[in-house]
Amino acid sequence: MTTLLTLDNVSRKFGGLNAVDGVSIAVEQGEIIGLIGPNGAGKTTLINVITGVHPATAGRVQFESRNITRARPYQIARLGIARTFQIVQPFPKLTVVDNVAAAALFCGHARSVRDAQAVAREQLAFTGLGDEADRPAASLTLARRKRLELAKSLAMRPKLLMLDEVNAGLNPAEVEDALAIIRKIAEQGVTIIVIEHLMKVVLSISDRLVVLHHGQLIAQGAPQEVVQETKVIEAYLGAKYAAKREQLH
Amino acid sequence: MRTWLVLFVIVLLLAMLPLVGDNYLLRLATTVCMYAVLAQSWNFIGGLAGYPSFATAAFFGIGAYTSAIMQNYGAPIVLGWGSAGLVAMIFAAFIGGAILHLRGHYFAIASLVLAEMLREIINGMPDFAGGGKGLNLPILPISVTAQAQFFFYAMLGLALVCTATAIVIHRSKLGFSLRCIQQNEDAANILGLNTYAYKTAAFSLSAVFVGFAGAIYASWVSYIEPPDVFDVLISVKPMVMVLLGGLGTIFGPALGALILLAFEEVVWRNFLTLHAAALGLIIVVLILFLPNGVLSLWNDWLPRKKPAR
Repeated sequence: MTTLLTLDNVSRKFGGLNAVDGVSIAVEQGEIIGLIGPNGAGKTTLINVITGVHPATAGRVQFESRNITRARPYQIARLGIARTFQIVQPFPKLTVVDNVAAAALFCGHARSVRDAQAVAREQLAFTGLGDEADRPAASLTLARRKRLELAKSLAMRPKLLMLDEVNAGLNPAEVEDALAIIRKIAEQGVTIIVIEHLMKVVLSISDRLVVLHHGQLIAQGAPQEVVQETKVIEAYLGAKYAAKREQLH
Repeated sequence: MRTWLVLFVIVLLLAMLPLVGDNYLLRLATTVCMYAVLAQSWNFIGGLAGYPSFATAAFFGIGAYTSAIMQNYGAPIVLGWGSAGLVAMIFAAFIGGAILHLRGHYFAIASLVLAEMLREIINGMPDFAGGGKGLNLPILPISVTAQAQFFFYAMLGLALVCTATAIVIHRSKLGFSLRCIQQNEDAANILGLNTYAYKTAAFSLSAVFVGFAGAIYASWVSYIEPPDVFDVLISVKPMVMVLLGGLGTIFGPALGALILLAFEEVVWRNFLTLHAAALGLIIVVLILFLPNGVLSLWNDWLPRKKPAR
């Protein structure tokens, strides 16, 4: 297996706060990684570091053979790193198809707006948004907008796709639909990092779990093993609970 | 195709104006064309990209002064006019690189300062650009009527080129990208768009035709001074015109220019002492009740299959 993305001792400070603190991870090609941790653990910040929105204040980020620590967000996007946002970010007045076309156009996968719209329609069919293609993005439901985010990032033809809580706020049926699509994307060979709070979802799709707490990497490995680790249980449920659990076993 | 046809018919009708109108009407029409250029240019940065630029007066003054200074050093009028637009565009590209990372009010204030700054610089340069005394320009050796027609056709031609550019831009990758920047700049950036380069392009585009217009204006009135060509109203009026006509549309800016000048003339004649207040009131009422501009009436009455873009 080849390594796609390497984080080497990466930190991001906001004033005196270490939002991400000395994290080192190697992401292999074709993996699905579940990135978990309690609220405020630094998951989204880590994604912002990788995408160049909030560049690392220390350490090194390498994608394929390139050092992208200081690259601008649009340069990183063109290398093949796509992300969805926890809070959806559509172009509200554009139609759904033009939203997706923008991604294809800006990433250089289409020469003209018309070409980009053709690419966009394929992605909309793939993500099941074909019927809503000509409606303004602002008129979609939340579940549909999350799906639109996914279609946009797919139109960038990413090598690495980072999904920031694509399932938050969806009902169980919608979550099932979204999971089926994520699996289909993974089958195409796209490496995926999923941030997710729904444990059932994370455990069912991840090849590997990475756990952050207070900006630090506290555990990583096979999903079923990681969730048994005392440190992880402490982070989620508190030291008292973890100690009690130790006694029982 | 339809858009080009509309443009062609409008320009053809306007071009026949000297056959029917007197010099007063011709002067008004020249002003409308100039306003249309200013409004159309502001629409690139303000309407498409959503950056409220107050830099129009700076570009206008730079154009006027570039042409005036060159002609005072003996350059022919064509060279003066030509370099005016280029200098304004280069200025915009440099300044844009410096202030386009600011957003909203911060960008507005930074762009507002430009004209004020340039006015004071020229005021302080009596040896180079005439300083506060202003500059005279060579008067064309042709009859008064011929002059009126010459400047009318010059401004009309400029308005035509400017609007044609707008039509091309609106449909191009540039126009599409600017619309995305206006709606969600961070999202556009994360999708792979070099937003900085596109904003700078829009800002430069909003300067080049204004620079030409300033140069033609300078030759037309044959005397310029800093408070005249760096007047803050030159920055404010295009915004009002675009809002009146229709933000981000192709013919809205030109229509707004016509409406504003018509109001100015009518109100100025009938309310000599209170004209500014009356004009202000009309503008506020129009923008309040027609927030999408007068052009939106047309689109509401005649629903098209595809929305205009």
